Amino acid sequence: MYKYDQYDQQMVDTRVAEFRDQVRRRLDGALTEDQFRPLRLQNGLYLQLHAYMLRVAIPYGTLDSRQMTKLGDIADRYDRGYGHFTTRQNIQYNWIKLEETPDLLAELASVEMHAIQTSGNCIRNISSDQYAGAAADEIVDPRPYAELLRQWSSFHPEFLNLPRKFKIAVIASDTDRAAMKLHDIGMQIVRNAAGEIGARFFVGGGMGRTPMIAPMIREFVPLDQFITYSEACLRVYNRCGRRDNKYKARIKILVHELGKEEYTRQVEEEFAHLLQQGIEPPLAEIERIKTFFVDPPFEAGASDELDLSDPDFRLWVERNCHAHKAPGYIIATVSLKPAGGIPGDATSDQIRLMAQLAKEYSFDELRVTHAQNIVFPHVRKADLYTLWKALDAADLGTANLDTVGDIIACPGLDYCSLANARSIPVAQKISERFGSAEKQAEIGELKLKISGCINACGHHHAGHIGILGVDRKGVENYQLLLGGCEGADTSLGQITGPGFDENGIVDAVETATQVYLAYRQEGERFLDTYRRIGMAPFKEALYG
Amino acid sequence: MKIVTGNDLKSGHVVWWDGEQWSRFVSSAADVGDGGEAIIAREEGARRVFAAYVIDGERTGEGVRPSHIKERIRALGPTVRLDLSLKPGEHDVANWVI
Amino acid sequence: MVEVQFRFRDDEVVGDPALMVDAFLTQTNATAVHIEPGDDARALLPFLDGLQLIEVSFPSWTDGRGYSSARVLREAGYTGELRAVGDVVIDMLSHLRRCGFDAFAPEHGLNEADAQAAFKRWDNVYQATGDDRSPIWAKRHG
Repeated sequence: MYKYDQYDQQMVDTRVAEFRDQVRRRLDGALTEDQFRPLRLQNGLYLQLHAYMLRVAIPYGTLDSRQMTKLGDIADRYDRGYGHFTTRQNIQYNWIKLEETPDLLAELASVEMHAIQTSGNCIRNISSDQYAGAAADEIVDPRPYAELLRQWSSFHPEFLNLPRKFKIAVIASDTDRAAMKLHDIGMQIVRNAAGEIGARFFVGGGMGRTPMIAPMIREFVPLDQFITYSEACLRVYNRCGRRDNKYKARIKILVHELGKEEYTRQVEEEFAHLLQQGIEPPLAEIERIKTFFVDPPFEAGASDELDLSDPDFRLWVERNCHAHKAPGYIIATVSLKPAGGIPGDATSDQIRLMAQLAKEYSFDELRVTHAQNIVFPHVRKADLYTLWKALDAADLGTANLDTVGDIIACPGLDYCSLANARSIPVAQKISERFGSAEKQAEIGELKLKISGCINACGHHHAGHIGILGVDRKGVENYQLLLGGCEGADTSLGQITGPGFDENGIVDAVETATQVYLAYRQEGERFLDTYRRIGMAPFKEALYG
Repeated sequence: MKIVTGNDLKSGHVVWWDGEQWSRFVSSAADVGDGGEAIIAREEGARRVFAAYVIDGERTGEGVRPSHIKERIRALGPTVRLDLSLKPGEHDVANWVI
Repeated sequence: MVEVQFRFRDDEVVGDPALMVDAFLTQTNATAVHIEPGDDARALLPFLDGLQLIEVSFPSWTDGRGYSSARVLREAGYTGELRAVGDVVIDMLSHLRRCGFDAFAPEHGLNEADAQAAFKRWDNVYQATGDDRSPIWAKRHG
């Protein structure tokens, strides 16, 4: 993975010094809160329901054991012993003190980490495929491109005061594991007919109040022009995005209101102009970054055998493990969704354990997924059982990847001041109702996502089953959505009808799964059956 | 009753105006009547608090109860981590929130 | 006129009043023009040779359209004074500079020491923005 050179290190160090000075000026009174708030947001520091929350960047979801260990230590030293992994591959701490934040950021900088632009109206963390560099179906590892974008977007002086936040995802396979089309810019690295590598641009996706799937605006941008093309997309947005209404300020609204053709025309015009300005890094720079992403030294002739006689282990392998491109290796996902647990949360001890296990069994590398789980990307099959036993002993061995137990939930009204309803207790109740391995196996793949408000941080529009928390006259209420999907066949979930209370929504989810089980045909997942039979049978079962 | 609440600037703690100073406990909250905005202006200016605002609440037998569920959760702590709340020992306190 | 608190030019400060864009387009031999965030800086492109001062307004420092306006003008070859006016804040000074501003007239005077520190904050930069700074990728590859 990428290692900072002196320049990268100096940039994060400078940022820490800048923020330390900004905090001083805030506490001295030289900066009002209105002046300070955007500055602290661009250092990841939110005011949340109970305290300041810090969102630490994990660029394209990749980190090593040293960094992961530091995240655990920070949870102990600056927070209350745990962290929350997010739907954008970052980590959040919920109980941070402003006066301690500069020291915290300095500690992060010492292990090449930061909280730069993880909030605010700027370009946020670049996300990517959690199986990058390990899955067989990618054409190249997308992460060097993500790293180039990270550097290009960090402190970009023209784009620090955008109409709204800006989220970019980069993938390099037809299988979209990063919900790429639900980003402001989704980039797919592709090969053209001549075999050249370039970037396909999708612009104007997003969830929130008005979910939209990003249209493709450019089929192929050559590799030595994609930063320039990105800059063109951003400049049109910065100049023309709406600033009159916070809820209409994302680029998806601009693309929708201008129309894809007009937005594309403006981008192409800007792109042609910018190509004359010499802003593209040389190919040597992407080649330099790529040297950090070569394959680890896989053992030749590693055994492909797996002893699956332990039934719990077999279940975990079947559910949580994915084929690796190298013979004898496997990709293992650690579920942070134990039945009845808080989705995405991990204690500092669990975080440090995962760090240590990654160092020993995964070439010192971990990934954070946008489903709030952790991946060990490169595990020798011969080591898998030992790894799983160690994880299982720490309540990290739950075998529920992509099942109804693997719930994505935003923090909701328990933590978030934007929320209308609590999401975590709903997730806990559902994961307990469906806690048995048999029930989960029977239902199979089912991506359930819960958002505590219409801002959709839980990505409920993209859930096979989605739940949206609303405020009904001061009482929490929950809407049920069906049929969303974030993959290459992206679709947005449809509301079933009137909402339910907290117990009612759990029953409603169970009812929906029962409809599926009653109607499904051979090989159909929940999503497939829903797409085939439509909403009517579900509505009938839910509302009579 | 009208209650003023906000956050401590340095620590981020949720605080409630008790008539003389800021308290971490909603049960200490004073009824500020119409005086909320003036208190906020003075206290934010002195940087003793930030992000302050006025909310509705009522005095009950158990103490002060904010009118909106969000403020009740804010007064207590996360209902899913009562060990981290202001009332870690009390198992039924999540019901107070509802 | 609000005082120009910081200026990185050697030439004389232009004394003419800066016309709003609509007015300027009827008097295109004027030497000074004032752009609001909603104006299209490209409307000025045919007239850059005659302009000595372009003021770009920031009614609110978080409205970032002026940054793009500045770059559009510099990229088109404008070499006159490019002045940021309005809600110009210390923490954006280095970014404004990088986008091509060489004069700053904040509506409320800024603390001199904090401002100078802000201008000098970044020893290195990641992007090429048309100013004279060499981005990190250029330093890496000579």
